[in-house]
Amino acid sequence: MTGKTLLGGVAAAGLAVGVAGIGFADIRTGDSLVINGDLAMITEAPAPEFLQDRVTTIYSGWVFRTDETRAMQADDFDNPAMLYAEQGLTAFETAMGSEGKSCASCHENAESLAGVRASYPKWDAEHGAVQTVEMQIIECQTERMGVAEPYGYDSQAMRNMASLIASVGRGQTINVAIDGPVAETWAFGEEIYYTKYGQLELSCADCHENNYGNLIRADHLSQGQINGFPAYRLKNANVNSVHGRFRGCIRDTRGETFAVGSPEFVALELYVASRGNGLTVEGPSVRN
Amino acid sequence: MAENVVPRVRVPRDASAGESVSVRTLISHPMESGMRRGSDGNLIPRQIINRFTCAFNGAMVVDVEIQAGVATNPYFQFDAKVDQSGSFEFTWYDDDGSVYTETAEIAVA
Repeated sequence: MTGKTLLGGVAAAGLAVGVAGIGFADIRTGDSLVINGDLAMITEAPAPEFLQDRVTTIYSGWVFRTDETRAMQADDFDNPAMLYAEQGLTAFETAMGSEGKSCASCHENAESLAGVRASYPKWDAEHGAVQTVEMQIIECQTERMGVAEPYGYDSQAMRNMASLIASVGRGQTINVAIDGPVAETWAFGEEIYYTKYGQLELSCADCHENNYGNLIRADHLSQGQINGFPAYRLKNANVNSVHGRFRGCIRDTRGETFAVGSPEFVALELYVASRGNGLTVEGPSVRN
Repeated sequence: MAENVVPRVRVPRDASAGESVSVRTLISHPMESGMRRGSDGNLIPRQIINRFTCAFNGAMVVDVEIQAGVATNPYFQFDAKVDQSGSFEFTWYDDDGSVYTETAEIAVA
């Protein structure tokens, strides 16, 4: 019964957004995020086609945050995540591994990777698998740079590098492919999204599709969009990876989580990323 | 010396005489409080930025004493009235004796 009431509430609120352009619950929609005064972000967009019967508008997590947190992201000087992106840039230009190459040896500069964040995870024909940005970094390290010990999937160095790659791609519209060779993985990700986990029996959809905009204790549930990742979280004063967040969510359902970098989380990342097709890359963002 | 300590400042390039300008400063620093224990159970020694100063053409603008409760990457923002062109000199003092400095020029019309 409760579930039905909540569902009805969100549907009505969603309608109000579509018709009058006003917010649902106490979330203020309709604001625009412009970074450094010149880089406009798309924080609200029509949902991708496959989602239309369940969600009409997709919102960046930025929309659900307080004015103070929103403002921190609007200026690179105020955005603490940029410190980590800078460390990533230092690593980008530093030679590592037996080949004596740095990332910059092949990629020239970080800006040349501007299109990466918007299209990943994507199909890697060479390996016959869906690859995330992190997996691609590890592949470069082990197969091209001769690094014996590549970055750990969720290590600080990896999150720094991922922050750098996201930061140069900011403003690009997310367009993750969901058909062709990735279709199977995408369907697996969708299945995970709607599967209830843990003692609390919660699926991703229970919070992020049926209850976004509502309070979960003192916090507003977002749509769980990952366009802002890696995200600087005020709670741990560090940049956080997508898989780290997934793990946190499943842990909060009191369930056994999948491992970071596991096939399950890669599939889920692909599916969740595709739900954000139409938003812009915002990472590294600021969230609470 | 702590790793990856980089000071950054943001000061307007120009201002009119007597105008109050907003000065923003940030230094990346772990600010280890000295209260935490490592995986071996021993206290991690305190290492923080314990003092931050800003001077304008040699005259002190702010002088801040910082204690262990201040979080990582300390950020200070304040207003300063400028009467003439000159430079802001910023200094951060580390527990380990390191001193980090940065300057910013401002032109007053």
